[in-house]
Amino acid sequence: MTYNLKISCTKDRLKEIRQFVSDILAKHSFPEAESNKVILAVDEVCANLIIHSNHCNPSETLELSIAYDAEKIVFEILDHGEGFNLSEYKEPSMDELIKAKRKGGVGLLLVKRIMDDVQFIHRSGKNVCRLVKNLS
Amino acid sequence: MLNIERDTEGEVSVLQVSGEIDASSSIFLDEEVGKALEQGARIAVDLTGLEYISSAGLGVFMSYISDLEAKKMTMVLFGMKEKVFQVFQILGLDQLLTIVDTREEAIKSANDL
Repeated sequence: MTYNLKISCTKDRLKEIRQFVSDILAKHSFPEAESNKVILAVDEVCANLIIHSNHCNPSETLELSIAYDAEKIVFEILDHGEGFNLSEYKEPSMDELIKAKRKGGVGLLLVKRIMDDVQFIHRSGKNVCRLVKNLS
Repeated sequence: MLNIERDTEGEVSVLQVSGEIDASSSIFLDEEVGKALEQGARIAVDLTGLEYISSAGLGVFMSYISDLEAKKMTMVLFGMKEKVFQVFQILGLDQLLTIVDTREEAIKSANDL
């Protein structure tokens, strides 16, 4: 079963994304104790895409699709902004972030800890972030 | 929606944070924590009413850790729901910040440190 949501690239839409993911997880009786983390991972990716790839431009859009089957949930987030190369991403150390008094930089780290697979790909002229959560 | 109110108990400023902290609202948390630490060296942050925190909120708390050590200030978080605490745990922030259960413990801890 697949569900879709399309929103404009502004930060105030993040709550709507979280509610959408939350509703679908609840509909499929996803364990409540784990659902907050999954919602968080999707929120983090969407926040990054809205802020860094699309510079909070309300005329740009994000398309979120959630495909649910017996073994896994696949989240795909499509956008037309600046692409992201995961292979160039270096995991920050917490010590360095704390010393630098950085207020950001751990979003993707959270996503990688929560999801079973994280990929950023380019498909048909769009950037796609694909997140997989195994159900077993 | 994020709501932050402030009261004091002795020398400790207590920030009551309720609602959700995400990339759109974390700036308000940062402003309030920054203001409270400018005005006093001991703060306690009541997260009893906090339903959600993303990396933007974690980042706010992280960004004060080195100042707390350098300037001999204290910041104690308390009252977190389990789902909020789990987010701090993912990156080990529960070991880097002072987190307790109740307001009473938080006030004691903020005064002790």
